[in-house]
Amino acid sequence: MTVKVSMKVNGKAVSAEVEERTLLVTYIRENLRLTGTHVGCDTAQCGACTVHMNGRAIKSCNIVAMQAEGADILTIEGVAKPDGTLNVMQEAFREHHALQCGFCTPGMVLSAMDLVKNYPDPTEREIREQLDGNLCRCTGYHNIVKAIKAAAATMRG
Amino acid sequence: MYSFNYNRVKSVADAAAALGKSEDAKLLAGGQSLVASMKLRLSKPSDLIDLGTIADLQGIKVDGGTVTIGAMTRHAEVAGSAEVKKAIPALASLASGIGDRQVRNMGTIGGSVANNDPAADYPAALVGLGATIQTNKRKIAADDFFKGMFETALQAGEIITSVSFPVPKRAAYMKFKNPASRFAIVGVLVAETPSGVRVAVTGAGPGVFRVAEMEKALAAKFAPESVAGIKVPEKGLNTDIHAKADYRAHLVTVMAKRAVAAALA
Repeated sequence: MTVKVSMKVNGKAVSAEVEERTLLVTYIRENLRLTGTHVGCDTAQCGACTVHMNGRAIKSCNIVAMQAEGADILTIEGVAKPDGTLNVMQEAFREHHALQCGFCTPGMVLSAMDLVKNYPDPTEREIREQLDGNLCRCTGYHNIVKAIKAAAATMRG
Repeated sequence: MYSFNYNRVKSVADAAAALGKSEDAKLLAGGQSLVASMKLRLSKPSDLIDLGTIADLQGIKVDGGTVTIGAMTRHAEVAGSAEVKKAIPALASLASGIGDRQVRNMGTIGGSVANNDPAADYPAALVGLGATIQTNKRKIAADDFFKGMFETALQAGEIITSVSFPVPKRAAYMKFKNPASRFAIVGVLVAETPSGVRVAVTGAGPGVFRVAEMEKALAAKFAPESVAGIKVPEKGLNTDIHAKADYRAHLVTVMAKRAVAAALA
């Protein structure tokens, strides 16, 4: 059986007939071909599949696409401006070299954007605690934490 | 994941009707445990009934001495609610320690309570604060609701609509967490409530339980030293790769002591 799913992804209305059991991440990667959202563990632990749903970070491998029916989804492809100018968080990740292999990076950036919204002036400890839904297997946390602290400072102005 | 039929409903009555149509239908709240277990093929519902669009099930109300939380309210909303932080800071703090940021943005109080994972945080909050579970059929006291591992008093076709917490005089929750899953290896909620002192333990046994001896000692004197010498028997407590029963028994005392200190702070 299939079902029709419709949502907004990166500002664009999209819809498709999918199997009911289709995960949101599968829909994003395989139907929409937006492969910046990664599948790391596929068990809701690593956070590589993090996207925003209605402004909040969620793990897209741990919900079925139908749960996002009518929702506003932001993936890493929609974070920079259309002209390619990086978002403040992306720019901070670049500046502080907050990535090694890059696999966890899209999830890290989207999770960090949610984090800073809730903690506008986070301490290092808060960042480390609040980033616990994202794993970096290169163990490159040091620069990630630095980048998030810097991005938060830039956003505060 | 096995295939299933997806059902979207607009009201609790529609959800109950859909639930009655199939023996293997399951309600979908946030899905943070259910979808994960379906992916592992540990769960095989024929139908999923998505409660996500029922507006009546969402939101937080503080009314006099009671905090009422709609079943579909996300952990992040409870953790971030200025009203909850003011009325029952221990509850907001407990919600802020469930899973991780992304899980808290999806997971719901109703889903967690109905699932009754033996290491989940909310069962300790409900039993420790003396909460009442409202369903589409009746009110159930938290003491009568949790029935051991993944079992509850919910009957077929019964749906949790909200949970009400009486505002305690003071309360605190302390959790010794599994650093990977953030589930409680042992979590203890201590509260001085309108109906007396309550101590509820999650993670240690097959389900949430109260410690009468600690409650009695704290009623006489609400201080950390009152519970310092009280040990729960290790018999019946969980032993797994994370902790043995004797260690969990030890942690119950340690966490209770810390919770009392935090409640007084």
